[in-house]
Order: sequence, then structure tokens, then C-alpha cells
Amino acid sequence: MTYTISSRQLDSKIPGGPLEDKWENHKFSIRLVNPNNKRKFKIIVVGTGLAGASAAATLGELGYNVEVFTFHDSPRRAHSIAAQGGINAAKNYHNDGDSVFRLFYDTIKGGDYRSREANVYRLADVSLNIIDQCTAQGVPFAREYGGYLDNRSFGGAQVSRTFYARGQTGQQLLLGAYQALLRQVAAGTVKLHRRTEMLDLVVKDGRAVGIVTRDLISGEIRSHSAHAVVLATGGYANVFFLSTNAMASNVTAAWRAHRRGAAFANPCFTQIHPTCIPQSDEFQSKLTLMSESLRNDGRIWVPKRADDNRPPDQIPEEDRDYYLERMYPAFGNLVPRDVASRAAKRMVDAGKGVGPLKNGVYLDFSHAIERLGIDVIADRYGNLFEMYERITDENPYKVPMRIYPAPHYTMGGLWVDYNLMTTIPGLYALGEANFSDHGANRLGASALMQGLADGYFILPYTIGDYLADFLGDPVVPTDDPAFREVEDEVRGRISGYLNTGGTRSVDWFHRELGKILWDHCGMSRNEEGLKKALAEIPALYEEFKRDVRVLGTNESLNQSLEKAGRVDDFFELAQLMCLDALHREESAGGHFREEYQTEEGEALRRDDLFAYVAAWEWTGNPQAPALIKEPLEFEYVTPSTRSYK
Amino acid sequence: MNITLQVWRQESADRPGRFVTYQVTDIEPDMSFLEMLDVLNERLIAQGEEPIAFDHDCREGICGSCGVMIDGLPHGPQLGTATCQLHMRKFRDGDTIVVEPWRAAAFPVIKDLVVDRSAFDKIIEAGGYISVDTGSAPDANLIPVPKEVADTAFDAAACIGCGACVAACPNGAANLFTAAKVAHLNLLPQGQAERWRRTEAMVETMEQYFGSCTNHGECEKACPKGISIDFIAMMNRDYAKAKVKNRRLLSQSN
Repeated sequence: MTYTISSRQLDSKIPGGPLEDKWENHKFSIRLVNPNNKRKFKIIVVGTGLAGASAAATLGELGYNVEVFTFHDSPRRAHSIAAQGGINAAKNYHNDGDSVFRLFYDTIKGGDYRSREANVYRLADVSLNIIDQCTAQGVPFAREYGGYLDNRSFGGAQVSRTFYARGQTGQQLLLGAYQALLRQVAAGTVKLHRRTEMLDLVVKDGRAVGIVTRDLISGEIRSHSAHAVVLATGGYANVFFLSTNAMASNVTAAWRAHRRGAAFANPCFTQIHPTCIPQSDEFQSKLTLMSESLRNDGRIWVPKRADDNRPPDQIPEEDRDYYLERMYPAFGNLVPRDVASRAAKRMVDAGKGVGPLKNGVYLDFSHAIERLGIDVIADRYGNLFEMYERITDENPYKVPMRIYPAPHYTMGGLWVDYNLMTTIPGLYALGEANFSDHGANRLGASALMQGLADGYFILPYTIGDYLADFLGDPVVPTDDPAFREVEDEVRGRISGYLNTGGTRSVDWFHRELGKILWDHCGMSRNEEGLKKALAEIPALYEEFKRDVRVLGTNESLNQSLEKAGRVDDFFELAQLMCLDALHREESAGGHFREEYQTEEGEALRRDDLFAYVAAWEWTGNPQAPALIKEPLEFEYVTPSTRSYK
Repeated sequence: MNITLQVWRQESADRPGRFVTYQVTDIEPDMSFLEMLDVLNERLIAQGEEPIAFDHDCREGICGSCGVMIDGLPHGPQLGTATCQLHMRKFRDGDTIVVEPWRAAAFPVIKDLVVDRSAFDKIIEAGGYISVDTGSAPDANLIPVPKEVADTAFDAAACIGCGACVAACPNGAANLFTAAKVAHLNLLPQGQAERWRRTEAMVETMEQYFGSCTNHGECEKACPKGISIDFIAMMNRDYAKAKVKNRRLLSQSN
């Protein structure tokens, strides 16, 4: 697999002016659509997680004619619901020196200086509005006895700015957005399509004009036409097979858009979350995250000696290594996720892992329980402790939890400009589906912030600037050849899977693909491994095309058929991920190349060579994508080596 | 572990269903119930038989997608646990386990263990929200909410919309689901402006799709989030009040 350098330039459309005024100036300078004209525009929103539901609801409130699609049985099932810990906002309610600039600074630094200053500043700025909006919707954020909002601390920050709703913040925020969405469905501004999966994008004359979907119950392939298409379809961590993502989370919508011309940025920037329950056996279907908020009170340690088989309560303090506190005294257990994950890997690789498979480290609450009492700990983390016990059959009030890193979030995604538009005019990408704000590593409690910022407060303004050109233009009819051709391709793919008549299940291939990626493009990467993966993946992919077995028909609910298309797209994405990781000869955030590390084993960035966004263009040949570099310029923050010591 | 499964198989809504028996051998006690079904499905595919369709997604007990009747109990024998978090260690080697879709007229079967729960969305559409357009919210700390109120509202808001309460109810009533949302919003100061209208609209929409509550209490026991039937009492009280409330006087607290 090789790549070429594209001759194309990317215009990120960053507005001029001082950092703090860019967004205000931009909102004033872009074009608007008059309230009475909004209903003449049809907008498709794909996905109903935080970004999709908030965007669809807000566009509906504004008066646009919205159609929203979810492959679930209800918009409320989207995987945003599983986010546990919280949502960041620079409210400074706790008087500890927080500010929009500090949140901006922490996010740029946490992302290891691989994100755009203007986007991140805007994110920090609108974080304030998000908390207001969600509170007004009735999201039951945690409160103090005076009735005011409580905050907790998260990794990568030295202020307490994370708003939370027990360990179910994502659920409560998503239900808020879902309720706002259903209010618009009832009002008739939004039409909701359930159990309907987007399988391709339709582009005509260079613009996104609609999508082709499959009804997951009847199998009907249908075209939907619109003036603009918004993808809020989440991330691609399930490419690893074992991840903390929901089982159905996939890259298909984004990947199909990529194949139709949308550049895909920084695919190798994937996040491995440090606190997940270690794998217990070969049959495991997914990994379960334990919120990062646990690191507020839990202390992470391993035995000092390798192969120490004593149970944790029999290992005295002097034989324990609280390695994060030792290595990073300033941030301690609250270092960013990538740093915490790699440290855990080093411990396990050194033979200090704990648990039956020696594949975890301890997260110990005994000191916190002594200091604060069991009731306080139960109030803060009760539901997480219960979940842990249900899965492992161990009681974390008595025995330290065992945790290990797992794929969790993907910073990479569809390239978007400041307006959140992809390289295809009329196609937007929001939330985890885009690449925009987290650079090479996302800070905890920032995903919820970004999804809602994009959906409630950014896209609803910026989309008008594009639509203003098309006032009075009808949508492209769905019997146009542009739609017919894509429908035929989709039907061809489906019958291809059903007619392969192979011997192995889709899951088998997915699991094998995941193993290759985890071994060679996971928590740490090197040239040799990546080249090996780039040789192994195409071979496995050929086998998939030849030997996959999908039973049943298209004309009924067929979960194997749904998975086949998703895994097919994961195969192509996986190759681009490895190529991107191979080409980026530096370590940054979640992308750790073993060849580029400091003497202490920390990530070594190479700003002179790699301070750019790697946006990959589809060339028609999956083995030869084209690279476009968007240089990153830092005017307000000076890139430095991240130090959490 | 070796177990015998009797699983409801039904091709589609308009076709008759039947129980099919499967011997599932060599199961690990640390597998979740759904991982056991994954293993069975892999074996079925290998034998050329179509796998069992079941709804599932997050496998962390929060998305509300999963849920089957296990030996006649919604989500199975472990209290406060969704099907995805139930583990095989809760069963014994040699057990026979009966697996069925949710039993409720309002949740028609789509295929095998998958049912259509869209009637729940209809109840939310009727008023399960606070009408606040994006951008019109005041500063979040302008509305203090006593901690006890916020905590109780949260207890109600924890509902995952799985439908176990309906499946457990002899009448197929959705009162626990509806009450959980009514209570979440009616308890909070932000929800007061629409309190009476919301309660009437949601209760009456619920009645269009679901059976009536006769206080059996099975729903509370089946709920994987342990939502209390006290909320049903709160909803009933608010529904009765809603019928006599003079809404022009809403701003007065009594």
C-alpha cells in the first residue's frame, strides 16, 4: 500500500480576527436563511446520538424540514447513552481559576497540539451554553445541598469543571436531546425513520444531494433526497472488534461518504481508554468501560515485583508501586488517557499485571473509603461499582478493581472545515464522526461537550451559509439517475454478501481483523508491525470476500447481513488507519510510535515535520489513497512537550 | 457448563412462531447471557441455520435495546440487571432455560426475540420534554434545585426504556415507564410550566397503546434500574390534579 500527495488544497475557512472574536465575527459574516424560507429546505440528519439528535431538534425548531435516520428501534439507543463520567464546561462555578481560555488551552494541550486553535476555542466558548441548555431541558445534573450544580475533576485538567449526572451523564444528556427531538417530531418539523440504515451517499454535480438507506425490517432499499446531508454517525473504534463501543457502532456512513469524495482525516488517532474491565475469555463480545471519574478517588497500582501472586490485601504498602503517582506527581492518577494507558501497558508488559490472566492493574478505593467513608464513595460511584460486580463477580468496596486499557474513541474522522462541512459541498459531519476538535487525544468529558456543541450551537448556524445559495431550488428527485446508480450499487453489495456462500461467519472475520489491528495499530505502533498489518489485512479481506457466510434473505430482519456491510467497510478503513500510522513518523497523543519516544518513554512529537492534519482522499484504488496536508498553526498556544509531572 | 435452551423462533410478524430446542455445550460461567447466545449463533451459522435475532447494543445495561423473557421473567432471574449484564454463573450446569420475546400486545414481534417498542416514543412525543428551544436557556445556576429533588428526579430519569415493566405486567401496562418520565420532569422546577398539560397528554397517549395499571407491582421488580412504583402514585396524583387545575393560576404555588 502506497500513497500519493494530492495536488488539492484544503480551505479550513478559519475566520480572521482575534481568537476570542472569530466565532462571533463569523456568525455575523455568514449568510442567513430567513425564518419563512427555512421550511423550503430539506435537511437529512443521519444518527441520533448527542450530535445528531441535538442538530435535528435544533434545525426543526428553526423551521427547517428535517428527516432523521436511526438504525436503532428508537433514537434513544444511540451509543452516546453509555457515556458515564461527565461533560466539561468552563463555567468556573467553583472559583478555581477556570476560564474559556483555560479549557481551550487544556484541550489543545491534551490533544498534543494536533488540533485547530479556532475550532477548539469555539468549543470551549459554547461549552457554557450547553450546560445552560441541558439544565433548562431538565437534565438532572448532580447538585450540592444549596441546590447549585456540582463539579468533579477529570484527567488532563487541574480545575474541577466536569458536570455530571451520577455515572450516567451521557444517558441523561442524550435523553434531553432525544426529548427535544421527539418534541419536534410531534410538531411535524422532523420526520423520524427508525430501523433504517444509511448505506450510501448520493453526490450529484459535486454536491451531496441525498442518501440511500435500507429498511432493516423489510429490506427495502430507498433513496432520500435533500438540500444538505448531515452525518452524525459516531466513531469507528469497533474496527478493533473488542472495544467499549456498542455492538452496532460502525464506520459505514462515514466510509461511504469518503468513497464518494469526503476526505478522511487522521484515522490513526484512536483513543485507548485506560480504565476498562480486562478481557476475561476468548468469547468476549465487547469490553466495558469504567468511568475515568473513578481516577478522582481510586489509586492505581501494581505489585513492585513481577509475578507477585499474592492477593491484593496481602501485598503490603511497601511492595506496591503506585506508578502514576510516582511518575507524574503533579497530575498523579489524573494524567490524560493516553499517558495512563501506556503506563498500564508498560506495567503489564513487564510482568506486573494482576488478575487470572495477568492482564490488568489495580484501581484501589480502600484509601478513599477510609478517608471519606463508604457512603460518600457509594454516592459518587455506586452504580459503577455495581456494574463492575455484575460483570466480574468481585466487590470493589472490598477488593481493588482490575482495569486495563481498551479502544474507546476515535479522534480521527471525516475532515471538516470551520463550518463542519466535509470536502463534499452540502455534506456535514458532526460529533465523533468528524475529526475536528480533539487532535491526537481527547480529554475525558470532552466528547459529550463536542457532540452537543456541534449539534446545538454550531451546525444550525453554519448550514444556512451553504443553503442560502439554493433558495427556491427543488431537491434532486429520487428517480434521478444519480440515485438509481447508487441504489443499484447498494443492491449489488447486498446480494454479493448473500451469494458468497462461504464457510465463516462475519463475526469470525471481524474478530481476526480486530486482533491484527490491536497487535499492530493499537496502543503502540512501529514500522515493522504496521507493514505486517498492511500485508495481513488485505489477505484476510480477500478471504472475507471469498468465504463469508451470510444466511437468510435481504427481505427480512437479517443481523448478519447488516454486520457484513459494516465489517466490509472496516476492512478498508483498517488499511487506511495503518497507512496513516505508518506515514506519521512521530508520536502524538493516542498515536504512539515506538521509534519516536523520549528517554523516559514518553511520546516524542516532531512538530517540524508533522504539525498537520493528514486528510486522505479516495482515489478509487483502496491501495493508493492521496494525502492532503492541512498545516496547523499555533498563534495563541506554543506547542511544548506535554508534561504532567 | 452445558445447558438446554428453548428459544422462540418466529420468521416475521405475520408468521406463526414456535419453540425450538438447542443444546448449548461448553459454556463459560463468566460469559454474559448474550455472549452465550452469540456462541450459539456462531454454531448455528456453521450448521447453515439462520441465527437467532435479538436486539442488543451497548451491552452495558444502559441503552435499553436488549431484553428477553428468561424462564418467564423479564431480563431473567437477577434483580436490577438487564439481560446483557446477566451472566451464566447465575445458572446451573444442566439447566433448561426458556427464552421468549417481551410478552405484550403493544410490542408486536418483528422476528424471533425482537419486538417493536415504538409505542414508547409516542408517549414521549405527547409531552415527555420541557419545551425550551436551543438558545433560550438562562444561566444554569439561576435555577437552584434542592439536592433531594435533583436526586429523586434522577432516580426516575434513570429509566432505560427497555420495556421490561410492560412485559412483566399482567395487563401489559406502561405506567412505570410513563410515570418515570412524568416524575422526572414534574419534580424539577424547570418542568412546572407544562406540568399539568404534560401529565394529561402522556397518560392519555399511554392509554391508547397499553393496558391499565391495577397495582400488581410486577413492573418494579422487573425493572433493571430499580425504578420505584412510588412514581406511579405521583403520576396518578398529578393526573387527578391536572383535571381540576385552573391553568391561568399556574404561577401561584397553591
